[in-house]
Amino acid sequence: MTQDTTSPINRTTLRPAKALGEPIVLIDSVQKSFGDNHVLRDVSMTIRQGEVVVICGRSGSGKSTLLRCIDQLETIDGGTIRAAGHLMGFREHNGKRVPLRDAEVARQQRDLGMVFQNFNLFPHVSVLENIMMAPVRILKRPRAEVKAEARELLARVGLPEKEHAYPRQLSGGQQQRVAIARALAMKPQVMLFDEPTSALDPEMISEVLDVMVDLSHQGMTMIVVTHEMGFARAAADRVVLMHGGEIVEEAPPEEFFTNPKSEHTKLFLSKILSH
Amino acid sequence: MNWSWTFFFEYLTNGFMLRGAWTTVWLSVISMTIGLGLGVVAAMMKMYGNAAVRYVAEFYIWLFRGTPVLIQLIIIYTGLPQIGIRLNVVESAILGLALNEGAYLAEIIRAGIMSVDKGQNDAARAVGMTWRERMYLVILPQATRTIIPPLGNQFNGMLKTTSLASVISMEELMRNAQMLAQINFRVLEVYSVAAIWYLLLVSIWGLIQQRIEAHYEKPFGPAAAISPEAAKELKKAMQRAGATEK
Repeated sequence: MTQDTTSPINRTTLRPAKALGEPIVLIDSVQKSFGDNHVLRDVSMTIRQGEVVVICGRSGSGKSTLLRCIDQLETIDGGTIRAAGHLMGFREHNGKRVPLRDAEVARQQRDLGMVFQNFNLFPHVSVLENIMMAPVRILKRPRAEVKAEARELLARVGLPEKEHAYPRQLSGGQQQRVAIARALAMKPQVMLFDEPTSALDPEMISEVLDVMVDLSHQGMTMIVVTHEMGFARAAADRVVLMHGGEIVEEAPPEEFFTNPKSEHTKLFLSKILSH
Repeated sequence: MNWSWTFFFEYLTNGFMLRGAWTTVWLSVISMTIGLGLGVVAAMMKMYGNAAVRYVAEFYIWLFRGTPVLIQLIIIYTGLPQIGIRLNVVESAILGLALNEGAYLAEIIRAGIMSVDKGQNDAARAVGMTWRERMYLVILPQATRTIIPPLGNQFNGMLKTTSLASVISMEELMRNAQMLAQINFRVLEVYSVAAIWYLLLVSIWGLIQQRIEAHYEKPFGPAAAISPEAAKELKKAMQRAGATEK
């Protein structure tokens, strides 16, 4: 993905300008600590409908934690996150904030899709069942209808023939594509990707990125934690660099790559693009 | 030598012994099923409950794993009437065996749940599952795979532990053998037949357990990336190498 680093502008200027919608994810002064480790320090960011934001940074910079906080896999210690119309993890009661119960958090999470570094497919059921489980068992939608949609999704991620396979029988790239289909089956308003290609063999990275680029062309709002700068150039509207739990750079890809302002970004780019 | 084949074969085909064996089977199945329910609840309480709930579960497990089943059965059937709790033989046997089994299964189930990868819980939450849905649809089905082998072992044990219920006059295989022994005093013959029945029951269970294990292993089996032809060749090669099929 790094071979065409010399012409980032060409790649991005070829992309048609995209009309972005209303803000759909609003992150405001978010704080998060694990014990003494202050992982997110006052992070604020707004993502508009249809926007693709790539978040990068060294490991430990807080980028994955931010993503997990947006999807309520971690509870935040301060600030607010609004996503897909929900005040994530809380409800307002007489001007005070009350933490939501498990089932209420689950309802919010249905509007966000998440893709993990290690795929986390359900190994005990077939590929098709992985995709159908949540819509059928949780949303109680008719099985036949969901099945047709699941097959469409499998075709969309390029795996129409794998519906009866078990996750173990698939390569990493195939598993990740099924994981994307599983998340899409819930018709999320926002898709979150947590280093979706970091656990993949190099030859499988592009098949996953292709699906993601495709998704971005269809107008999906995406927040992607990744080091795949090729993807950032091809699909991102904005690239964000996190360092030490803070956002230190935030710019459109052409500006991010050619004219970074933060020393952290320059250092990061020199490391990631030098080989 | 005083071994009578006549008595031996008479006991082997004796309807009274057969009824005893049947009682052993249903007593085991019912006690195991209830024990499994208790074990799941106790495991959940211990893993996900608050301090008080955890303490209750731990006390239960400690109490029933720390005392002999024989004493538990006698206390339930013979002791409890003293404080006004009267249970009949069958109720007492089932209650005692189930309570005891539940305490052991709680630990097995807990270990099974802990063996499921943490990412599974994340993935289940990410598609919007509640705690109950995560348990029921994602965590427990995967824990089952780890739980089944020791669970089968426990059921094997249960088939034989039911013999202790003979002391509270539960008319299962052991008790019926005792009664026949007191009629004819052909002790060796009648208990040999009882032993054969236990062996038979345990062996049948062994076959059933294999089936169940294979069923739960299927999704996790060797990646079927190889063709059936290649699989056949591989099998032949393994046979040539003297490996047994398993």
